[in-house]
Amino acid sequence: MSKFKNKKQGDLPAISTASLPDIVFMLLFFFMVATVMRDSSLMIENILPSADQVEKLKKDRTTFIYAGKPSSQFKQFGDEPRIQINDAFVGIEDIRPAVLQAQADMNEELQSKIVVGLKVDKNTHAGLVSDIKQELRKANTLKVMYITNAKAEQ
Amino acid sequence: MAKRAAPEVNAGSMADIAFLLLIFFLVTTTIEKDKGILRSLPPIDDSEVEPPIIKQKNLFTVLINRNNQLLVEDEQMELKNLRKAAIEFLDNGGDTNAEGERCDYCRGKRSPSSSDHPDKAIISMKHDRETSYDKYIEVQNELVAAYNFLREREAQRLYNRSFQSMLDEKEKNQFKKDEKLNDQIETIKKLFPMKLSEAEPDKN
Repeated sequence: MSKFKNKKQGDLPAISTASLPDIVFMLLFFFMVATVMRDSSLMIENILPSADQVEKLKKDRTTFIYAGKPSSQFKQFGDEPRIQINDAFVGIEDIRPAVLQAQADMNEELQSKIVVGLKVDKNTHAGLVSDIKQELRKANTLKVMYITNAKAEQ
Repeated sequence: MAKRAAPEVNAGSMADIAFLLLIFFLVTTTIEKDKGILRSLPPIDDSEVEPPIIKQKNLFTVLINRNNQLLVEDEQMELKNLRKAAIEFLDNGGDTNAEGERCDYCRGKRSPSSSDHPDKAIISMKHDRETSYDKYIEVQNELVAAYNFLREREAQRLYNRSFQSMLDEKEKNQFKKDEKLNDQIETIKKLFPMKLSEAEPDKN
């Protein structure tokens, strides 16, 4: 039974670390793939409504406007739905400069094709949305996209 | 007592395991992509030109009140019936358009009391300030669906393919223009032009 005989007793062998780079790369790839870049943290509740007649949004020509009730950490801002652009709550009169600024920051050939993505919480009243749309008309950025969750077609 | 040597673990297959996991995550994770309903707002018009008079029969009014109830053509309606009603209205083709052409592709009832021609048919939507955004989007969705349904039907009839696939192809080849495809898309859009107007809610 020499096959199963223990080898010479020696000192503790080092654990091979040859595969560590693989593991690290794997994690790296995973996070590269799975992360969604978000440039502004939401201060509002943002449950989107759902719809099935949807089109894909082109990220390169879109600027976002968020609206909804302030979320629980931001209760000091009250209960009324608020508008958020980038990282701050803004009033209705700040929409126009913000959108025009976003348009100016864009690629030149895309500036005329700017789309404003409206991410509005579904419990917001539609009056706020129509105020936003009115401001967008004044800013002459006429393409809007009501961002929704895709609903499975029946 | 002498130290025991732990047998060396074979790490050769570690890379395989890592790749297996990597491929698994690559396949299962979906990158979130925003989707939505694309609409165009009307430009601000300051001119004092008298708007043209639109016959009542060419107007399909949709009102949403503050309790999220729908009033379509002066009758209360459930949301699930809205799409069908809008399709019937758009597809009616009772009379001629501005050029005096009859709608030869319409399959509606050709009722004289409903819209004359898809060119003239306008859907007008109005909501209250207190209407919920959720309901507003649902209604928008149904109305856009009515247009998409009719365009889809015409694409099948004229080109024997779905309108969506034409749009997808256009999107895919956005850097090399396909004139024929663009023409086809424009033709279909012209058959059922999207005339969906929204009135501002009353200030109260």
